Amino acid sequence: MAELTEELSLVKAEEPAVAGTDGKAKAQPKPAAPSAAQPKTAATSPLDVPTGTPTVIVDDLHIIYRVYGAASDAEKGNAVNALTRILRRQGRPQMKEVHAVKGVSFVAYHGDAIGIVGRNGSGKSTLLRAIAGLLPPHAGAVYTDGQPSLLGVNAALMRELTGERNIVLGCYAMGMTPAEVKDKYQEIVDFSGIDEFVQLPMSTYSSGMGARLRFAISSAKTHDVLLIDEALATGDREFRKKSEQRIRKIREEAGTVFLVAHDLRVIEETCNRVIWLHKGKIKMDGDPKEVLAAYNKG
Amino acid sequence: MSQPESAVADAQAGGRGGQEPLAKLAARYGLRRAIARPRFPVYVRQLWERRHFILTYATSRNVSKYSSSALGQLWQVLTPLLNAAIYYVMFGLVLGGKGHIHNYSAFLLTGMFVFTYTQRSVTAGAKSISGNLSLIRALHFPRASLPLAYIIQELQQLAISMSVLLVIVLITHEPIALSWLLVPVVLVLQTLFNVGAGLVMARLGASMRDLNQLLPFITRTWLYASGVFFSIQERVVGTAHAPQWVADVMYYANPAASYIEAMRDILITSGGGHNPPDSVWISCVFWAVFALCFGFWYFWRAEERYGRG
Repeated sequence: MAELTEELSLVKAEEPAVAGTDGKAKAQPKPAAPSAAQPKTAATSPLDVPTGTPTVIVDDLHIIYRVYGAASDAEKGNAVNALTRILRRQGRPQMKEVHAVKGVSFVAYHGDAIGIVGRNGSGKSTLLRAIAGLLPPHAGAVYTDGQPSLLGVNAALMRELTGERNIVLGCYAMGMTPAEVKDKYQEIVDFSGIDEFVQLPMSTYSSGMGARLRFAISSAKTHDVLLIDEALATGDREFRKKSEQRIRKIREEAGTVFLVAHDLRVIEETCNRVIWLHKGKIKMDGDPKEVLAAYNKG
Repeated sequence: MSQPESAVADAQAGGRGGQEPLAKLAARYGLRRAIARPRFPVYVRQLWERRHFILTYATSRNVSKYSSSALGQLWQVLTPLLNAAIYYVMFGLVLGGKGHIHNYSAFLLTGMFVFTYTQRSVTAGAKSISGNLSLIRALHFPRASLPLAYIIQELQQLAISMSVLLVIVLITHEPIALSWLLVPVVLVLQTLFNVGAGLVMARLGASMRDLNQLLPFITRTWLYASGVFFSIQERVVGTAHAPQWVADVMYYANPAASYIEAMRDILITSGGGHNPPDSVWISCVFWAVFALCFGFWYFWRAEERYGRG
């Protein structure tokens, strides 16, 4: 499991580089407020009311994470210290609470494709996980129609195992039945384009191949409400095109799509609404062109 | 910094002041809370639907565990064998724990392997949630799948160490007896207990990070109290002259001791052995049912809170 956590943190660490290489994505919004003329669209703005019913309602959501710092040598493994802390019901001294999402409210409607932008650490991924029902809210609530699912199966895969085993494991982790797994297996192999490498352990894959396989696995399932976190910035050009098509197809099948990406072009092309998160709060919510223009000026 | 606040204020005004509250809007369209704990029967059914994931996850963990070593899967057999050798040298030869125990090597190894199964299940259970936070934060599934998968992984390992044990028992001139048919029964009961204990530990381990540091001390104490190296009856009543009820409490109040005792009575029959007495069976069944029911209930109660770290 340690490797997986490491991999996740690696992905996080890559984020600034991704944003940096992209000319358009200057993820540097300063706290200084943009001009007052910016339209600050309210959560229940009639942006998509014609399209119908709400699918996701986020009501004054607060998420607080607990983060554990590295324990110092002095207290690690000291059973007496640990025991007294447990008895007194205290946390570790290095335990920190991070208030990642601070009172976010909005309503998403059927057919919406909502892009979420914001600099690193602004709470985008946390917000997605809360919508998916994977992180319990500290206060407030998320109401959804059907089961929102996060496009991301990485954490269930094991690097030491072959691609073949990982495909089966990943499909089961997403809740498929054996028949569905059998059905989708060849499709996943073909889509990922890893061919005979499927018989080798994933640890021998290049980072591009690994990313392709992960995307192929996680996009093999259809979803009501789909949450995509940085999935598009993987693989070479050809695969990127393929995956964008796949995303579009998923969007057509899904009721509502949330997309977090640092590549603002992707958001501009695929979304009909953009939410700008800043330090855990909604800074702007509305039409992609307006929000992205303000974000770039940021 | 006024901008974010005002945006939120606007959002709230849009949701609360201008129109109806968001919670009411959600209720009107029949939206449900994203995090809501399913009712217990529903939860058990969801868990059953995930059985393929649980099994595949357990097997995959087992395969990947030894994938970096040169001998690979052979370690699954070598580890219990080497353990057996060390315990025999330490407790049989050096410390002379034999006493008057008939067929001490079989006695010791039975106790050791049975206890190790429970000990490893408890330890694995404690790590199953806290060590898989990234998985819990990425995918939806009944969280009890994880402790269950860890215990199935231990069960798969146990299948190997049990065959090693049977070979050793045969080498030490124990006859193959009809009572050996009861071995799977004891293992099933012990597995049920381990599942329950693992679920309890999983919830405790998810909220108390220090538990993993403390567990080795707790399990070692448990090991010494379970009569793995010695006969509780002989030491407590015979050597220490304690009244009989002390030994009885040590046998029946300690699930590990009950399972060890049952397994020994079944496997070691050469020295005028006997089938496990009714009281041992009652204790084995009681602990299995009690731990399983309590464990599932206790784990399920916090289902929606796993993942906060």
